[in-house]
Amino acid sequence: MFSLYARRRLINALNLTVSMLAMAFGLFWLAWILWTLLRQGLAGIDLQMLTQMTPPPGSQGGLLNAIAGSFMMTSIATLIGTPIGILAGVYLAEFGQKSWLASATRFVNDILLSAPSIVIGLFIYSVYVAHVHHFSGWAGSFALSIIVIPVVVRTTENMLKLVPNSLREAAAALGAPHWKVITLVTLRASRAGIITGLLLAVARITGETAPLLFTALNNQFWSSNMNAPMANLPVVIFQFAMSPYDDWHNLAWAGALLITFGVLALNIIARVMFRQKGTRG
Amino acid sequence: MTDTQVMRGSPPAAALAKKIPRQNMSKSISDATLKRQHLGDKLFRGTTRMFAFLVFALLVAIIISLIQGAWPALKAFGFKFFYAAEWNPVTDEFGALVPIFGTLATSAIALLIGVPVSFGIALFLTELSPKWLRRPLGIAVELLAGIPSIIYGMWGLFVFAPVFQEHVQPWLIDHLSPLPMLGFLFEGAPMGIGILTAGIILAIMVIPFIASVMRDVFEIVPPLLKESAYGLGATTWEVVRHVVLPYTKIGVVGGIMLGLGRALGETMAITFVIGNAHQFSTSLMMPGNSISSALANEFNEATSELHIASLIELGLILFIITFIVLSLSKLLLMQLAKREGKQT
Repeated sequence: MFSLYARRRLINALNLTVSMLAMAFGLFWLAWILWTLLRQGLAGIDLQMLTQMTPPPGSQGGLLNAIAGSFMMTSIATLIGTPIGILAGVYLAEFGQKSWLASATRFVNDILLSAPSIVIGLFIYSVYVAHVHHFSGWAGSFALSIIVIPVVVRTTENMLKLVPNSLREAAAALGAPHWKVITLVTLRASRAGIITGLLLAVARITGETAPLLFTALNNQFWSSNMNAPMANLPVVIFQFAMSPYDDWHNLAWAGALLITFGVLALNIIARVMFRQKGTRG
Repeated sequence: MTDTQVMRGSPPAAALAKKIPRQNMSKSISDATLKRQHLGDKLFRGTTRMFAFLVFALLVAIIISLIQGAWPALKAFGFKFFYAAEWNPVTDEFGALVPIFGTLATSAIALLIGVPVSFGIALFLTELSPKWLRRPLGIAVELLAGIPSIIYGMWGLFVFAPVFQEHVQPWLIDHLSPLPMLGFLFEGAPMGIGILTAGIILAIMVIPFIASVMRDVFEIVPPLLKESAYGLGATTWEVVRHVVLPYTKIGVVGGIMLGLGRALGETMAITFVIGNAHQFSTSLMMPGNSISSALANEFNEATSELHIASLIELGLILFIITFIVLSLSKLLLMQLAKREGKQT
């Protein structure tokens, strides 16, 4: 019926349309989820949410202790994970390019990057929580830091590799020892990229729930004791959403809105920052 | 962040850097200073090496601790653990068939839906989209990956499942369950939650991962190849089908494996919508359980030693499956990167 050319053009048009539909399909879910969050959560975002503790069922309250707990654990996890990740990344990029340790670490790191976060929770449970016999904020931070490390290692290595070798050679030619070349020249040159990676790592752990279930657990009251169970936003959302109480549901939606837009904002800031750096260099 | 950049490095600088200062400076700097600097270098190198080793050791430690924790269950059930279906904390009978099946089934559904859509998105972003739209659309897709999994779960349970139950499931049951071979997959009542719902939500979650790997590997196809094909009169689709795909097929499979690795380990979203029923059912409409959701639901309530050990063994199985899948993904992507290094 159709000529060869018409048929080829038709197939082309058909497949390209399907591709456009796929794009629309992807965006559709994003829009649907964000719209749901805004519609359900916006009503719950108010001063009360930010100033009161998580309530018992049937009464009013806020999410202050959960927000504070999440903030503390995220900060500590980042503080633990960043130096480890940066140093390991430096080794991969600057020293061990082809050694077996570097290849093995690179491989393992990429697996840890996508490893199921719930297994990391189990790991911290069996090596830490089971030995001290209580859930704690520290355990939650440790679990989160294991998620931070591979992200930081990966970005540090990638960013260091983008630094032109002439910079290293110039510094070395001025007589700088190797460790100074790395800390004062190459790490500095890739600072923006590494900070981007850090932001992405923070964005990732902010919403992590699974590893906190068996480590930090939850706490209904204000607690800044890292050695005791600690409230945190994701687990509170989980418990409140699974409960049958309407008040709790509303708070869960408000918390969900807060956490999602926080995470998305971090993601966007990280990308915009990196682009600025990219155009400059 | 993908692995395509990893292989491009430039090793000789470090070696060079070591030689130059020593020759030039032995006259102007005292030997003691030089020694100190040398020591500093060694120290720094040793420290970074130690931390690199730490990352490597982390994985070994995870596996060892899981085996140790699962030991009572490994001893009590042996190989039977994999195919026994009962899961009864009261009588201390544990078998992993239901959660393993749930994990595999939801991941399979996720890939079935996610792979074609991701391919379409990657194709759109690399070949069709106007330049100015590429970046915002790329970021939008990546934001889909940024949404925490618990949000997917909540949205799935409260928003998606009711819509699905009312409008889609009845249609599926009416039209697909009479089918000969595949009908049994769609039998049952429209409940909203269940394995199919979990699989669909999982698909939405893995799309950004697969799509961004596909986009990255599509972008490394040398323009020369594509232009030659266009020059011969090929249509856009033909270029993609006969030039881009064959050139990048290893990377595409690597990306799919990466998505599979993500899907297998996903926890919170599944926990909300899979129904958490320890019962075996061949219908995708029925509630089931997955390894990760069994862990999330039961671990804190488990009291008997054997129950805890069985749950840890589930975690071990999950970790080993994802380890294998992710290793395959990594090996494939590395192979592509190596080939690219040779040709350009």
